[in-house]
Amino acid sequence: MGVEGIGARVARKEDKRFITGRGRYVDDVKIVGLTHAHFIRSPHAHAKVKGIDASAAKDMPGVVDVLTAQQLVDDKIGNLICGWAVSSKDGTPMKMGAWPAMAPDTVRFVGQAVAVVIAETKNQAKDAAEAVVVTYEELPAVSSMTAALASGAPQLHPEAPGNVVYDWAIGDEKLTNDAFSKAANVVSLDLTNNRLVPNAMEPRAAVAEYDDAEEHFTLHTTSQNPHVARLVLSAFYNIAQEHKLRVIAPDVGGGFGSKIFIYPEEMVALWASKKVRRPVKWTGDRTEAFLTDAHGRDHISHAEMAFDANNRILGLRVKTHANFGAYMSLFSSSVPTYLYATLLSGQYNIPTIYAEVMGVYTNTTPVDAYRGAGRPEASYLVERLMETSARQLKVDPAELRRINFVTQFPHQTPVIMAYDIGDFGASLDAALKAIDYAGFPARKAKAKAAGKLRGLGFSCYIEACGIAPSKAVGSLGAGVGLWESAEVRVNPVGTIEVLTGSHSHGQGHETTFAQLVADRLGISVDQVQIVHGDTDKVQFGMGTYGSRSAAVGMSAIFKAMEKVEAKAKKIAAHLLEASEGDIVIENGEFKVAGTDKAIALPMVALAAYTAHNLPDGMEPGLKEGAFYDPTNFTFPAGAYICEVEIDPGTGKTDIVDFVAVDDFGRLINPMIVEGQVHGGLAQGIGQAMLESAIYDDNGQPVTASFMDYAMPRADDVPSFRVSHTTTLCPGNPLGVKGCGEAGAIGSSPAVINAITDALGHNKIEMPATPGRVWEALQLQQAAE
Amino acid sequence: MSTVKLTVNGKSVSATVEDRTLLVHLLRENLNLTGTHVGCDTSQCGACIVHIDGKAVKSCTTLVGQIDGANVTTIEGIAKGDQLHPMQAAFRDNHGLQCGYCTPGMIMSAIDIVNRHAGDLDEETVRHELEGNICRCTGYHNIVKSVLDAAGRMKVAQAAE
Ligand code: FES
Ligand code: FES
Repeated sequence: MGVEGIGARVARKEDKRFITGRGRYVDDVKIVGLTHAHFIRSPHAHAKVKGIDASAAKDMPGVVDVLTAQQLVDDKIGNLICGWAVSSKDGTPMKMGAWPAMAPDTVRFVGQAVAVVIAETKNQAKDAAEAVVVTYEELPAVSSMTAALASGAPQLHPEAPGNVVYDWAIGDEKLTNDAFSKAANVVSLDLTNNRLVPNAMEPRAAVAEYDDAEEHFTLHTTSQNPHVARLVLSAFYNIAQEHKLRVIAPDVGGGFGSKIFIYPEEMVALWASKKVRRPVKWTGDRTEAFLTDAHGRDHISHAEMAFDANNRILGLRVKTHANFGAYMSLFSSSVPTYLYATLLSGQYNIPTIYAEVMGVYTNTTPVDAYRGAGRPEASYLVERLMETSARQLKVDPAELRRINFVTQFPHQTPVIMAYDIGDFGASLDAALKAIDYAGFPARKAKAKAAGKLRGLGFSCYIEACGIAPSKAVGSLGAGVGLWESAEVRVNPVGTIEVLTGSHSHGQGHETTFAQLVADRLGISVDQVQIVHGDTDKVQFGMGTYGSRSAAVGMSAIFKAMEKVEAKAKKIAAHLLEASEGDIVIENGEFKVAGTDKAIALPMVALAAYTAHNLPDGMEPGLKEGAFYDPTNFTFPAGAYICEVEIDPGTGKTDIVDFVAVDDFGRLINPMIVEGQVHGGLAQGIGQAMLESAIYDDNGQPVTASFMDYAMPRADDVPSFRVSHTTTLCPGNPLGVKGCGEAGAIGSSPAVINAITDALGHNKIEMPATPGRVWEALQLQQAAE
Repeated sequence: MSTVKLTVNGKSVSATVEDRTLLVHLLRENLNLTGTHVGCDTSQCGACIVHIDGKAVKSCTTLVGQIDGANVTTIEGIAKGDQLHPMQAAFRDNHGLQCGYCTPGMIMSAIDIVNRHAGDLDEETVRHELEGNICRCTGYHNIVKSVLDAAGRMKVAQAAE
């Protein structure tokens, strides 16, 4: 490893622009003639749109036009799609309700757009929006899954009788039932996985521009995957052809999954730019983010685990209801199925699993992949169940986990996934040591003497990342392949540009990807520039989500680098009159091994471009591309231990210690990896203790601002103790597994397990707010 | 409409704006100082924090008309040429940012925190004082570390002056 190579804590190359206020986010983009869009949104959760009168608004100052849903229909703009086909257990396809970008006749959640005002300034657009009169006929709404599934419930979509999206299952039902009938003990648990609002700090935004002469569109948008956005916009929505649409995702202020999807607002801005023949900007405000960004989680589950007399797991049975909201968002169908139920084996040897998942429509904001996507829900279920089992079976929770750990690899679970490698015991041991597990009873006693309740909770999570082997996901219904592409361009002066299909919105790719190149060539990261986020520059890419950028994105760069190096070695050998096999690359030079003969990279590059003296038949230039399709998922895993102290007088819970030990395989930049973990931990703690999107019975959101929805703040979370164990991933050339989501996936069960340990009973749901904790304590006192 | 005179990052600025114009909009739209961000509509997130007469203020909640004659400093105005402000340098060195969206507000807020506490800060105080700045990326761990580190650097810098 060089000082800036793989494994080095290199300070981020991208930071300078951010810390000096020179980042370039979508709302920063200014274009001559820019107009501003403001959407008119339904105040009702379910209603018929009876009429839209925009005549007064059109006469207001600065108004360019008011466009309504019917005009989208007239222009044959396609409905939004869900790109992953999932079938019910009876073989019938999922029931997709039509989702137009603006609703011409029926609105199905609060915030759904029906029209848009385009004006010279944002304020003028907002003023005019007040003057647009929309007549609604209110319909009864369902805001919970229970209400949606009740007999006689209001129906959302004619396509989906009973408000059911699908009734899906995985695993062997009979084998699992047999395991339960043989069990010495069965532990069961009911769980709610609370709905979260992503809340990337940069609201979604779009700047759309139409060039009449070229019939060409340019869209700046807050996207994690600009090429996927272009593909979907052109192939399905009939707005622009792929070769006539440039999508640019510049600096993006956090995504967490919520910026994967192509939303109505971005579609409408693009369409409107051609309608009004002026560039159109839409920047969401925070309220719009709460109302329209795809939400996350929202499961209700019943789970049972069967054990033999030696506390070995015999089987797992799960029934989950997953709230989809009012429509099926882009990847929504895959989240509670292939990203959730396939992880229900956790870190354990479970001979048989049967899981049923019912997807349900409600009159709420659509739900899709968010920060972990299905895997936090799986680890919450499995790890709450393990802790509950340990308490019920009166075994040490660490011990119960240990005797059931998978220890032989590869390991085929009963739910599709084949774990390639791991050492779960090593992470658990390191975590136990870090937290001083043996000292816990003394700490608990001391807290008790001070009138406080201490608790300790574990979570041994596993996740599937490096998304994903294209053939495998294709066979499961995915509409796209999930490979990644890269192009390495060595310039004539020896500096390097790497074009990648990955997209950085906080992950630090401009640094870590440069470290890979620096490592291989022995040059400085300053000589490497990472180019991403523009469909005119990068040929294609699948983007960044599912902790895939290191395992898949960097593997593509690795492959392209190998090709570049092979050609450069040929040129160097030719120039040095040596044999190709003797050339080694060191410190930016191509050397003849064992001699002092060497030629620097810039000279090799120059030779490639002057082409005056190349080996016979060699093409000029030094540029190579590669597509990398992974052969398997990767499986980051780890052990988290949370220690809490509750003040029984107020119900306030303090996290007094949090230890995270992760196995991410090889670390490219440990500083960045730790940062990714910290952020995820705060999200998991936020879910466990603070956050929850709540709707009233009429489908009105009651937590649609930062005043009402409790985001984790600096004084809600502790400093974390993060460390690593390492098993190298055998599935990719770098041995990396991915680290972006682990914290969010593994932490919430550790927190709740600690709180229930302190409480002495299991009757609390996320978020365990002071109010809920206090109530749980009263409940217990009443029982005593 | 009203006309106000301000000093922004050391330059005098005169602007005629609608009475409802917020400082953040003047900075972003009229003065092209897009480093100051908008993250919410309820004065909760702190992405918009600037200094008005040396104090951290949420520019999304400040009418331009309220601050005639004020001295405004934004994230673009704290480095001395190529020399970063110690707070900026500390954020970079401690990986105190990821997507960078909350960062300008965090840095402006943090400078004020250090100033008000004369460099005597502990983790608890920093966390409490950062209540009005939301970050979704970093989990605050490295932000707190950055602020504590900068507090030391700013003390040293002050002593040297
Ligand atoms: S934008 Fe000012 S506090 Fe959020
Ligand atoms: S760094 Fe992304 S919100 Fe703070």
